[in-house]
Amino acid sequence: MAGGAAGGGSTQGDTYKEVRTWLLLPTWATLSILVLVPVLLMLVYSFLTKEFRGGVIWEFSFAAYDQFFCDRGLFGDEPCSIEWTYITIFWRSIWQAGLATILSLFIGFPTAYFIATRPAHVRPLWVFLITIPYWVNLLIRTVSMRFMLREEGPLNNVLVWSGLTDAPLQMINTNFAVQIGLFYSYLPFMVLPVYAAVERYNFSLSEAAADLYASKWTTLRRIVLPAVKPGVIAGCILVFVPSLGAFLAPDLLGGAKNFMIGSLIEEQFKGNAGNWPFGAAASMILLSVVLIILTIYARQQARAGGKER
Amino acid sequence: MSDGTVHAIDVRNAVKRYGTFTALKSVSLSIKDNEFFTLLGPSGCGKTTLLRMIAGFEDVTEGEIFLFGDEIEKLPPNRRPVNTVFQNYALFPHMSVLENVGFGLEMLGRGKAEARKRAGEILEMVQLSQFSGRKPSQLSGGQQQRVALARALAPQPKVLLLDEPLSALDLKLRKAMQLELKHLQRETGITFIFVTHDQEEALTMSDRIAVMSAGEMQQLGAARDIYERPENRFVADFIGETNLINVIVKSKDGNRVLCGFENGLTLTCDAVPGIDVGQSGHMSIRPERMKLQQEQVEAENFRGTVIENVYVGTDVQSIIGLDGGMRLTVRTQNSDRGKARIFEPGSDVFVDVEFGSARLLAN
Repeated sequence: MAGGAAGGGSTQGDTYKEVRTWLLLPTWATLSILVLVPVLLMLVYSFLTKEFRGGVIWEFSFAAYDQFFCDRGLFGDEPCSIEWTYITIFWRSIWQAGLATILSLFIGFPTAYFIATRPAHVRPLWVFLITIPYWVNLLIRTVSMRFMLREEGPLNNVLVWSGLTDAPLQMINTNFAVQIGLFYSYLPFMVLPVYAAVERYNFSLSEAAADLYASKWTTLRRIVLPAVKPGVIAGCILVFVPSLGAFLAPDLLGGAKNFMIGSLIEEQFKGNAGNWPFGAAASMILLSVVLIILTIYARQQARAGGKER
Repeated sequence: MSDGTVHAIDVRNAVKRYGTFTALKSVSLSIKDNEFFTLLGPSGCGKTTLLRMIAGFEDVTEGEIFLFGDEIEKLPPNRRPVNTVFQNYALFPHMSVLENVGFGLEMLGRGKAEARKRAGEILEMVQLSQFSGRKPSQLSGGQQQRVALARALAPQPKVLLLDEPLSALDLKLRKAMQLELKHLQRETGITFIFVTHDQEEALTMSDRIAVMSAGEMQQLGAARDIYERPENRFVADFIGETNLINVIVKSKDGNRVLCGFENGLTLTCDAVPGIDVGQSGHMSIRPERMKLQQEQVEAENFRGTVIENVYVGTDVQSIIGLDGGMRLTVRTQNSDRGKARIFEPGSDVFVDVEFGSARLLAN
């Protein structure tokens, strides 16, 4: 009887597996077509030769990567010395994205905490309010931020009117403006996952900590943060990654001097002046950096988790 | 404190309002040092609110709370030397059992090493030493309960607050924990304030019980007083089982009155003060204080018929129909050695009420 039951179980298991495979097929197909194929396409393109009016010639070449990393002089015939132009742009992108992430965390965490601690029936309203601006296209919002920050814009008017500054500040076309733009664009991506985590948090743990003589700050650090860490990490990734590849904010708010990697890539594919292999190579480098950062983080987490056991 | 002794907890005219809703209507009580004190009542009676006000999780709308003579109602919870065992335990999920238990001592600035040493000792006391490295999620409900207890005891609080700590445990474990808690209280000498809705639990464990209902204290006294001398209808009904009968006071001699039933029968009963001849009230008789017999022995034996017997293991509960449609529940011990007999349904019987066990309560 035991054997029969086991046999029946395994048959059932097989059927289940079969059904699962079929049901997952659309997901796999979508992921392949929308994620895997484009990335592979980029990888291939980055090793091809550029066509001058956009597009590629199917001829293997390292030229794109060479252009990114190597300075070969005015005529392109000198030995490779490090080309700083693109690395500088890359570095700027990383710290801008990092700063936007930290800023979003410092503003987004209290916001999320505030919403999650409101009575249950008003929380959806607060979440709705947070998402309202995002019903408007990002381009429009970024352009309006340009108006906000320009010399005769409302922000400068307030600063001058209140006497905080004597003359309007140069805000547009600075790294500061790019930072504001990134922060504004991606803040909800911090607020929403953190909110979801804090809402699930068992607040009697905070009471228990206070009962055991912990101050509010210690409770936040030792009890609340460890409990909502997955939400915070999700928020950080969701802000950092798109900030790193952003091009609207740096284009519209940063001007030519404050280029980020996203704008650089965008330019390679726009109009006739582009260089597809170079854009593809820059994309691959960006992707690699993101993957490396995420892998290092995942490893650290695994190690920290192992140590606790 | 008017009598000169310093109480562990003194609650004076404590009121708690949430907007227009009053959760606690001016409660005053004094809890002695080294006492196992229970706040007992149905859900929503304000017992947990009062406990949380002592712990500091709820603001006190009006009134004062004193801890060994010090006024504490304005202090935040982390500055009150009391600790709480939470209903859902509220163990820190990312910390080991040892870290959980040592947390309070660490926060008091005793240093990690000493906190761990002391936590280890407490864990030994609740027989959980072998689990000190585990996470709370790797423990059973009963073990988690003990960790919560150990964590609250570790900083040696002046008063330990327990918010229905046993309600999530199964019956057997709950019974065992009741005894263990009682022993722990005696061993440590710490004042325990225990909140429960389970009257049996309250009677088993407590030195004194405050029965609460609808935000008010109904009665405060030792377990025996509460059970045997309830002061009002709510207490009589809530604690244990009882027969409540509408009666009118026929005559009065001190606190002994003659109660008249609607069907014309009369019975001598003890009355709470303040009831006069002609007034109506409720008479309470506990089912185990009555006996069924074949013959009429005394004038106040009621004649009736056994309608139904309900077997409850230790006892048999007989529903007796009296003249005029009145019904009484009588409990007879399920033992051949007992003097009382169990009568089959349909038998004619006489109900003998133990002298002094009928109690007249104010309406």
